[in-house]
Amino acid sequence: MSEPGLKLLRLTLGRFRNYASLRWQPEGRLLVISGPNGSGKTNLLEAISYLAPGRGMRGARVADVAQGGTGAWAVNGRLATQEGPTEIGTGTTDENVDRRVFRLDGAAPRNQAELAQRVASVWLTPQMDRLFLEGASGRRRFLDRLVYALEPGNARTVAAHDTAMAERRRLLAEPRWEASWLAGLEDEMARHAVAVTAARADLIAQLDAALAGGIAGDFPAARLDLLCPIAARLTEAPALAVEDWLRAEFEAARPRDAATGSAAMGAHRADLAMADLATGLPAAQASTGQQKALLIGVVLGHAALLAQARGGAPLLLLDEPAVHLDLKRRTALFAALAALPAQVFLTGTDAEVFAPLAGQATFWRTGGEGLYADPEYK
Amino acid sequence: MGGPEIERLVALLAKLPGFGPRSARRAALKLLQQPELRMLPLAVALAEAARATKACGECGNLDSRDPCSICADLHRDRHLVCVVEQVGDLWALERAHVHRGLYHVLGGTLSALAGQRPEDLSLHPLLARLEAGGVTEVILALGATVDGATTAHWLTDRLKSFDVAITRVGQGVPMGGALDVLDDGTLAAALRTRRAV
Repeated sequence: MSEPGLKLLRLTLGRFRNYASLRWQPEGRLLVISGPNGSGKTNLLEAISYLAPGRGMRGARVADVAQGGTGAWAVNGRLATQEGPTEIGTGTTDENVDRRVFRLDGAAPRNQAELAQRVASVWLTPQMDRLFLEGASGRRRFLDRLVYALEPGNARTVAAHDTAMAERRRLLAEPRWEASWLAGLEDEMARHAVAVTAARADLIAQLDAALAGGIAGDFPAARLDLLCPIAARLTEAPALAVEDWLRAEFEAARPRDAATGSAAMGAHRADLAMADLATGLPAAQASTGQQKALLIGVVLGHAALLAQARGGAPLLLLDEPAVHLDLKRRTALFAALAALPAQVFLTGTDAEVFAPLAGQATFWRTGGEGLYADPEYK
Repeated sequence: MGGPEIERLVALLAKLPGFGPRSARRAALKLLQQPELRMLPLAVALAEAARATKACGECGNLDSRDPCSICADLHRDRHLVCVVEQVGDLWALERAHVHRGLYHVLGGTLSALAGQRPEDLSLHPLLARLEAGGVTEVILALGATVDGATTAHWLTDRLKSFDVAITRVGQGVPMGGALDVLDDGTLAAALRTRRAV
């Protein structure tokens, strides 16, 4: 197996969640972290997720991840990347515990996209077992994380779309509307909505083709679909024509959007559908274990696709991946992970579940504010 | 630390753009170590600049003269007016020597979320200049942000009754940049603002 293009070499934590201080050198490509409930396994994955821009794996408030929920915190990672070794630091300061700051190789990065070019991570958490039973926003966030790993600039486009939408909502709440100001915001929404949708559709097309080609190994292949009227239009008309259509839609929807306090159309209305490619069974109708297997297949396929397309897969953070998987699927998961050119962090309460990875993975245990090599798998 | 005077100095420095508490302490220490060499000349320069500088009544630039040295320069092309958000943008364009016409500083951009409304922007001096005649082109050099683009759209609408060409600075492929590394939004902007060669 070739070395992954992106690899975490060292992780340092200060006052992060249950870790007062930690310095860890994650040796190897596959890392199994086990320990009892509440011992800090997920906190480690969350800390790694903070090395990339965004709200982290739990989507927590910035101030809340500090030890005891007060004061400043810090996460620092040294990574091997395609462009060479990189050091990324993030956290808060005593002066402002609500604002997260970044350091890239010792200096403030120009923008967050610069960070996203260096490091990307994709995660699966037990909460995502309900991804296809709950609202569309979680599925959209999941999809966008996959897109950002391929197109880091897309995060800025999504943010610009959402800013224009929030400004439009604020203007529509006023008793008199300034039409030219609204039209300017709708122009921005249309431009960014089309760009966001095109990037999402492109990723899904690539991923569907790769999954159908068996990129996820023995894992069940999913078929993904983007449910979005903008995406449907993009299959029939050039992007600039779709922007014109959207602008007209936004203008016509002003009275309705003013009444509802939202926008009936936009990139924020997209949804991700997923079904088992072999059986056609939609994820929402599948069992929890089947859904989890499909999601894992997507994440593995995405990592392999990125390794092919960009030469480097994102860091994979799999929190309790073995839960809900039967023996056959666990075996398939471990076989797929062994073949994947990505650094993978796995957690579980019981290290024994991951015993088939002995010899390929390094094993670690959490407990007592610390992390140490698992003596049973040395 | 070193007493209330130094604390106050550090607190004031820390409010400047690009400074934080730590860099403000470093700067204060550097100033205090050789006050005759750095601090006192700086204090005199600050006081003189504060006394002499004013906003130009015609374009909004900061200068010791009103009209500013750009508006008063008879060699500038008075048919062209370049609209910028802030004085810093005007200075950036001047440093690059790319615009030989006049300027207009809006003083910000529209932002519903930040409460920045049309009446908060400096528009009347620009309208007065257009009404006086002689201007043939207004160049909108606003940021490629949501607020910059929205303000450009709004301003275009406000200026369309005048007999002037309204143009925007180009957006898209950066100098020395390759197409295949651009995001979809930038590519679309580049295609939208294409021009004949």
